Formats: sequence, C-alpha cells, structure tokens
Amino acid sequence: MQSIAQNLIFGLFVGSIYGVAAAGLALVFGVLKLLNVAHGELLMFGGYITFWLFSLWGFDPFLSLLIAVPILFVIGIALDRLVFRWLVRLGGEARIKNSLLVSFGMALILQNLALQLFTADERTVQLSYSGAGLNVFGVSLPYTRLISLLAAFLAVMALHLFLHRTYPGKAVRAVAEDGESAALAGIDVRRVYLYTMGIGAALAGLAGSLVVVGYGIEPSIGLSWTLKALVVIILAGTGSVLGAFPAGLLLGLVEAISGVAFGAIYRETAGLVLFLLVLVLRPNGLFGRA
Amino acid sequence: MVERVARSQVAGVGARGWRGLALIGAWIVAGLVPLLGAGDDLLTLLFRICLFVALAQSWNILAGFTGQTSLGHAAFFGIGALVARTLWLGGMPFPVAFALGGLAATAFAMIIGIPTFRLRGAYFAIGTLGVAEVLRITVAQGMPLITSLSPAEIASYSMATRYQLALGLAIVTSVVALLARRSPLGLGLLAVREDEEAARASGVNVLAHKLLALALCSFFAGLAGGAFAYQQVSYYPAAPFGPLWTFDAVLIAYVGGLGTIAGPIIGALFFIVVQERLALSFEQGQQMIFGALFILVVLVFPGGLIEGWNRLYRLLPARFGARQAAKHLQGRDE
Repeated sequence: MQSIAQNLIFGLFVGSIYGVAAAGLALVFGVLKLLNVAHGELLMFGGYITFWLFSLWGFDPFLSLLIAVPILFVIGIALDRLVFRWLVRLGGEARIKNSLLVSFGMALILQNLALQLFTADERTVQLSYSGAGLNVFGVSLPYTRLISLLAAFLAVMALHLFLHRTYPGKAVRAVAEDGESAALAGIDVRRVYLYTMGIGAALAGLAGSLVVVGYGIEPSIGLSWTLKALVVIILAGTGSVLGAFPAGLLLGLVEAISGVAFGAIYRETAGLVLFLLVLVLRPNGLFGRA
Repeated sequence: MVERVARSQVAGVGARGWRGLALIGAWIVAGLVPLLGAGDDLLTLLFRICLFVALAQSWNILAGFTGQTSLGHAAFFGIGALVARTLWLGGMPFPVAFALGGLAATAFAMIIGIPTFRLRGAYFAIGTLGVAEVLRITVAQGMPLITSLSPAEIASYSMATRYQLALGLAIVTSVVALLARRSPLGLGLLAVREDEEAARASGVNVLAHKLLALALCSFFAGLAGGAFAYQQVSYYPAAPFGPLWTFDAVLIAYVGGLGTIAGPIIGALFFIVVQERLALSFEQGQQMIFGALFILVVLVFPGGLIEGWNRLYRLLPARFGARQAAKHLQGRDE
C-alpha cells in the first residue's frame, strides 16, 4: 500500500513539471498558433544553465531559477525575431505545418549545439539536502521534490495572474482568441508575439531547471519532453493554457498507476496511448473550448 | 492544343516526365557500373543513399502528393525491419521475409489509418509521431536484446547483394511514385492536398485516396526496413523505430523538393554525400548545418533543390522557345 502511495506521489511530482513545460508550449501554440517542436530543447538548455551555475559557482538550483528563467526569456525572444516572425505571415494550417518543420530544424541545431558544448554525459544536480525529506504516513517526500512542486505551482499561478490581472496579459488572451480583432482594437500583435514567445521559453527553462534537480538531463532529452508537453496539451485541450497544469498532474498520475498496475515498462506507453485515445475520441481535451 | 497536352499529362508520361525517367535511367546505369570491383565501403555508402531514396520517396507519396505530413514514418520502417529480420533469422528465405515485412507494415498502416485520418494538419503529425513512439518504446522494452547475424551468415555476407537490393528498391519506389503521380490516382491525391473540401465536393473519395497513398507509403517504407534488416549485421530491434529515421526522410524530401520525383533522389544524394564529407571534419556539426539548411528550405525555398534548379533553368534565355513556353503554360503543378 505504501509503495503505491509513494508511486502516486512521485507521479504528482513529475506531473507538476509536465504541467509547467506544457503551459509554455500551450501558450505559444494558443497565441502565435505555432507548434514549437524545439520546446524540449529550450527546456534542456534551461536545465544546463542551472547545472553549470551549480557546478561552477555553487548556486542553489532553486535560486538560480532567477537567472536561468530570464535567460531563457531572452532566448525565446531571439528565436521569435530570428525564425518565427517569418512564419506568422502564413495562415492556418500552413502556419502550423511550417512551424512544425522549422522548429524541428531548430531542435536539430540546438540539440547538436548542446552536444558540442556539453558532451553527451548525463548531468544532474545533487544537493546537500537531496536525500532528506518529510515522512508522512510512511511515504517519503523529499524536500527537493516538494520545493519543485511548489515552484511549478507558483509559476502557473503567476502565469494565471499575469494573464488575467495585467494589461499585457489580457492583450495576450485577446490575441489568442482572435488576432485580427485584437489588432483592430489597437493591440500591438507583433509585440505580444514577441513576449509570449519569451514567456513560453521561460516556462520551458523553469521546467528544465526542475528536471535537472529531480532527474537528469542530457542533450537528447528534448524530443521526449516535447512529446510529453504535447500529450499534456492535447489532454488539456488546445484552448486552455492553465488547464495544462492539472492535465500534467493527471498524466503523471496515469503513468504512475500504469507503472504499478502493468509494470514499469508500460509507464511511457500508457501516457502515449491515453494521448492517442484523447486525440481520436475527444479532440477538445478535458478543458478545451474549440 | 490544350486538350492534347492535358491528356498526355494524365494518361502517360508527359513531356515533363522524361526528366524524371532520364534521372532514373542514369541511376540504373550509374548503379550497375561500380559493382565491377567496387570496395565495400563505397557500396555501403551507395546502399545508404538508395535506402534513403526509398524512405524519402515513400514518405513523399503521402506528404508531398497527398499533403498529409506524417511524422510516424519510422513505424513502417521499423515494422518492416522487425518482421523481415525475425522471419529471416527464423529460417525463412529472405525474399519471402522481405516481402512479408512490407506487407506487415501496410497491414499496420491500414489498421491505424482510418482513426488517424480523422485528424488534420498538426494533429495528424503529432498523432502519427505518437504512434511511432508507442511502437518504439514497446519494442525497446519487449525486445531489449541486440539482434545479430549468425557466423555462417556473416561468412557468406555480400555487400554487393545488399546494394543491388537497395538500388532495386529505390528504383521501383521512384517508378511507382512517378506512375502514381501521372495517373488519375495522382490527380486525386493532388486534389486532396490542395483543398480537401473542394476535392470531396468534386467527387473525389478523400479517405480512399488517403488510404491508398498510405498503403503505398507504408509498403515501400516497410520494404526499406527489410533492406535495413538485411544489411545491418547487428542492431537493437527498436533502433529502426527511432524518430531520426522519420526526420531524415522528411529532411531529404524537403531539401530535395517536396512533391517531385527527382526531389527525394537529389535530396538523398545531397544528404549522404554532404554528411560523409562533413563527418570527416565536423563530427556532430553536420546536424546543425542540416538543421539550418532545413529551416532555410522551409522558409525561403519551399520547393527545395529542384525548385532552385528549375529557377536557374528558366533564367537561361537561350533555352526559351515555343516548346518551352508551351511547357510553362501547362502549369507548374510540381
């Protein structure tokens, strides 16, 4: 019984990271209508920044979020200026298809850049308090995972407040709903695209930093994380950015349950099978609008 | 005048088709010559080129002609490899195993085709990616051990045979693509690509056309997988299911020229040759260059190398005569 609860709790922990990563991708997809397959690579770079800050200068990874996240924000903006701006002229399906291809090219570049710079070794951050944690009813709750869960939750809350309580955030929602009408209403759509891309990358970077602490990173993890984020987005429904967090938790739980019920080897497949089922049977996802 | 031109386009090999045929002819000639005393390393290189031609050409049928960008191509490649390898190592003569590999891939494609084709655009792409990943992970978990040829097989290993198989496959795939393109089926596929709703309204059975394209695509990808299984001495069974196979095929088809016959051929040549050259000096850097090239092609040169060639060709003033003018009046549907 304990190990089942343990598994489920850990499913929630990893699910929170899924949620943050997915929120970033969902934001970009919802606002710019672009599918950024290189999202996982951005996550990976965020993790590496945190790793090197820790290895070289001993920065606590949770504090170095304050550095890693802004850096990724800037990278996101750079990508928008350099690459994605050429795609926003296209319409509808061509836009999505081409963004898929272009970002795939970028993923290749970023992955190999990381390979050249950092080698293929897997990196992880081991803190002095990595092993310690709370023990509630026999279930071990490591401090690192708890802080990570908190960080993920706070990030999503911050996103929510930004989108609903601030003027730029409302501009973002307006553009997501209807870019043309937003432009007519006087919103600078190009600027919204710019900082939305930045925020999306920042969220990916945040997720990556959490991943390097709890798990490990190496240059090739990009695709699997992008796929996870995609699964969560489909589960949540493409209209919903904030629904990504609960959907991420759900995915984490589903994986944990399948791991317990069918054996560890089916954890990954369960998530993907769920994804395919939702795609075909309920394309609007759990929280989606249209 | 217009009527006759249009019919020759549909019923047989039109004026433009001669270029594709000439290319294939040159391919056959070039392919047979090196067999006289060519080293195994050269044959392996040529094998890889042919494999990628088949892989890209088959993907092109679904994506270039029919407009369905599938990212699950590796699934068919992997199934073909898995079935062919298992049957062959189990005692079946290779030609039978090879054919069954292709058929198995097609069978799988038909099963997942109907539900997956309910998805459109990006959802279709990531859905197919998801399917391929499910297969890869399942095979990786279920068959984690490496598969190797027996010492007897290794002793009688002939690279020349492997190369001939791959060359034949590349040629057949290209010819099939050419014929499909020039047939009424091809017109239907193009119609689906350009505007599904309009095609449906014009009486084209959209789903049937998509499934047919998928059948051709998966069959040849499966055969390519069989060729891979025949050539590789030892590999992990999950390896041919890896997404890199899909992405390489996509890259080659795009860089070469999506929707054309010569495109995947030129693209594969370009890809492998550049890869080999860069590998000597750049190691992993070549992937970055391909990534950048790919982005350039998608953004700036959607027609790939073939389009670039066409543009140059048309710039040559001496070549402009009445025949050329008539050709261009036919419309650039490639």
